[in-house]
Amino acid sequence: MIANYGYKDGSGEYYISIDTDNCIDCAADRACLTACPKQMFEIITDDYDDEVAWVKKAFTRTLAFDCSECKPAGGYTSLPCTTACTPGAIKHSW
Amino acid sequence: MSAELATPATEDKKEFWRWQENTWIDETKDWRDAKVITCGIDVGSVSSQAVIVCDGELYGYNSMRTGSNSPDSATNALKGVLEKSGMTQEDIHYTVGTGYGRVNVPFANKAVTEIACHARGANYMGGNKVRTILDMGGQDCKAIHCDERGKVTNFLMNDKCAAGTGRGMEVIADLMQIPIANLGPRSFDVEVEPEAVSSICVVFAKSEALGLLKAGYTKNMVIAAYCQAMAERVVSLLERIGVEEGFFITGGIAKNPGVVKRIERILGIQAVDTKIDSQIAGALGAALFGYTLVQKQAKAA
Repeated sequence: MIANYGYKDGSGEYYISIDTDNCIDCAADRACLTACPKQMFEIITDDYDDEVAWVKKAFTRTLAFDCSECKPAGGYTSLPCTTACTPGAIKHSW
Repeated sequence: MSAELATPATEDKKEFWRWQENTWIDETKDWRDAKVITCGIDVGSVSSQAVIVCDGELYGYNSMRTGSNSPDSATNALKGVLEKSGMTQEDIHYTVGTGYGRVNVPFANKAVTEIACHARGANYMGGNKVRTILDMGGQDCKAIHCDERGKVTNFLMNDKCAAGTGRGMEVIADLMQIPIANLGPRSFDVEVEPEAVSSICVVFAKSEALGLLKAGYTKNMVIAAYCQAMAERVVSLLERIGVEEGFFITGGIAKNPGVVKRIERILGIQAVDTKIDSQIAGALGAALFGYTLVQKQAKAA
């Protein structure tokens, strides 16, 4: 399942997509949990009883601001979350 | 499928936004014959539904406006369908809560997200050919892909903005002073289809609608422009996950032909039709989840 967390507003589309099929048996030992400086990710049991990462509800309406520090303008050349997620389950839409 | 419509009691109060609450029971069935009775409760931001499923088949439902308190809304929704059927809460084997108030359903055995429930409900209502679901809820909008069993394969939700939601349509109904059920049909009563209102925000769309009225637009033209804007808004959401054949719309806006026909026109496909009230999809999916869980528990035992 592709789970898209985020929103679209007048300024653009801001979604973090998590491919839960790649997330269930995490080969990176859930590295996303510690890689994100804001600790946006959390492991939950989804509706189909799979243990997967999701973006905490508190961040889903403010992603453009919360992720800004990890974008090139914040000094990063690659996103800490997508880099840490070696199975490639996490993607940013912007 | 005809539902008993509650008296709106709106004309005198001029509550043009108020949609009709309704309760329905399948009179051809007797719930006493059922081996497994499950219930789905969808406490949404605007409406609450209780659905009863007997042996995996829809038996009855109650759909009403959500109050200020989620537990009370859930209890009242269930009470409506129980009273009409002669059933008691003790007759129900399993209850699943869904919607934004799902964790506040006091008598629920389990909570399941509305995304999974809408996919399951749409699969029942539209058949296993349904692949893309658009849920236009009271205060959010969801685009969902599912497989032939109604399991979610891709989803996104927009709950940051009220544009493209039922609440937005309620605001326009009040502004135009036209009952909300009449907005869709009236949006087609125009000589020339107007441009969509440009604002994607409900508040600014309201200001723009007032400006259009002052500029000489008829009420029907303003409604048509708003329906078109809403259709364009939700289609842009759908485009992110893509639209496949077997397109199904759930939620209250699915009852508004002014928006549905315009979405179909933009996408170039026809939505799958159903005789079941589109507003109960979430609660129906929840009740079906409950039925599956009861079956699993019985097998395990």
